[in-house]
Amino acid sequence: MELYNGALDTKEIFGRWLDEQAESNYGAYIPFVGTIRAEDKIEALSFDIYEPVLKAWFDEWQEKAKALGAVVKMAHATGDVPVHTSSYVSAVFSPKRRVALDLIDAFVEDFKANAPIWKYDVKNGKRIYAADRSTPMNGAGLLA
Amino acid sequence: MIKVEFLGPIGKAPIEMEATTLADVSAKLKLDSNLSAWLDKCAVALNDIMVNDLSTALKDGDKVSILPPVCGG
Repeated sequence: MELYNGALDTKEIFGRWLDEQAESNYGAYIPFVGTIRAEDKIEALSFDIYEPVLKAWFDEWQEKAKALGAVVKMAHATGDVPVHTSSYVSAVFSPKRRVALDLIDAFVEDFKANAPIWKYDVKNGKRIYAADRSTPMNGAGLLA
Repeated sequence: MIKVEFLGPIGKAPIEMEATTLADVSAKLKLDSNLSAWLDKCAVALNDIMVNDLSTALKDGDKVSILPPVCGG
């Protein structure tokens, strides 16, 4: 898991991951890129991350992938990320494509639902919490 | 004493309190009107491990984190 301040250098990250696994005999490599879209007059999106819980969440996914003979990778940005740049990349390596296709789907969807990352729109230099696009994590409401 | 921290957009400084279970934490946080809009949407971690049981016992020095709705990517 890699965290960066600001926009991700997607080509460097994907190229490095590919190089790292060049001799691992994986038949499938599926990258996913999340790019900030220009919409609703935003200048950027901004992110807060709670790293200890994110790491625990990612470690669990690494174990699930390992049980399938696969590897999951991810990188995410903190702070402001301008439109048309990337805030999130992930990838799956696996011996065959079917496992990788299923795993990237499940991994990215659970990432959206349970990774402890908070998103803000940046407009006129102000951060506005993206409440309407955010999802309560598993177990939410325990203290209510 | 335990410490309660409020993550992301909640925008509240950490507080310390006496509590022996998460139910005690719940009772005390419900007294804060600034948190009433958050608690039903927030998940909870104890010492950075996600928890789902109000009867979870707490000990001196524990850290309880309040995690509001998320949206990575």
